[in-house]
Amino acid sequence: MLDDIDRRLLRRLQADPSQTVPELAEATGMTAGRTQRRLDRLKEAGVVRATRAVIDWRQLGYEVVVSLRFTLDKTQRTAFDEFIAAAREIPEVIEIQTFLGKVDVRLGVIARDIGHYQELYRSRILTLPHIADIEALMHVATVKSDEKLPI
Amino acid sequence: MSEFDAIDAALLAALSRDDTQSAGKLGRMVGLSQPATWRRIRRLRSAGVISGRRLDLNREALGFGVTVFLGVKLAAKGRVSLEDFERAVTAIPEVQTVQHVLGMYDYRLRVVARDIADFERVLRRRIMALPGVGSIEANVLLSEERQVGPLG
Repeated sequence: MLDDIDRRLLRRLQADPSQTVPELAEATGMTAGRTQRRLDRLKEAGVVRATRAVIDWRQLGYEVVVSLRFTLDKTQRTAFDEFIAAAREIPEVIEIQTFLGKVDVRLGVIARDIGHYQELYRSRILTLPHIADIEALMHVATVKSDEKLPI
Repeated sequence: MSEFDAIDAALLAALSRDDTQSAGKLGRMVGLSQPATWRRIRRLRSAGVISGRRLDLNREALGFGVTVFLGVKLAAKGRVSLEDFERAVTAIPEVQTVQHVLGMYDYRLRVVARDIADFERVLRRRIMALPGVGSIEANVLLSEERQVGPLG
């Protein structure tokens, strides 16, 4: 479905999502009209889901980022659904991922400081249903975070 | 950022879903004029609260069927250079994110591949060849959702 021109366009746009259509058109050697039509088609086909603003939580006073890795009690058939539904209710949870492997679910959690994290951990995290085990990874530094695909 | 209010939070939540919306449209949502909305958005950007833009692509539609998170522990701590490891790992195109963490691993990597066979190639030829790698734990991503965060 995707041809080389689509891939070139996406590669360019991914490298700098703030580029305007005329800039993209010039870089890919197409007219602005054709470029816009290609982009519209990629959006309609669901290849481009959205262009999102990236939030730097540190600038809003969230200094602590923790990955919490959970093993769930899988003898309960509804464990995953109930755990995830409860995790969605915690505003400080910014990512919910499920896995095949040693870890069942990972939550990305942000907190203002260690005190705030401690409070969240006790009052909101430990009270989530069906937890068998928890491991925490404290984020020290983000070395690479662009999430670009090798198109 | 100083003076971050409920309107800023609503704008930020809307922009994190779609950063291509016009100031006019966003203004109608929060009950502000187009210029006043535009000034607020500009302030969020200049204060660094909005640090950039990200193109959210459908990985499967582009042929990347597998995402794996790797927990990497470095061997012989103190003898390997973190800089060497970081430089080499960030240069691998399939590695989407690299986080230095404290806990049972030293680094957490997000890796995309076309399929399991392709992942095996990346793991053996690229990841395991990195300087200082000790042990690796892999978890295959099944589902993922992102929440808007504490903006309510």
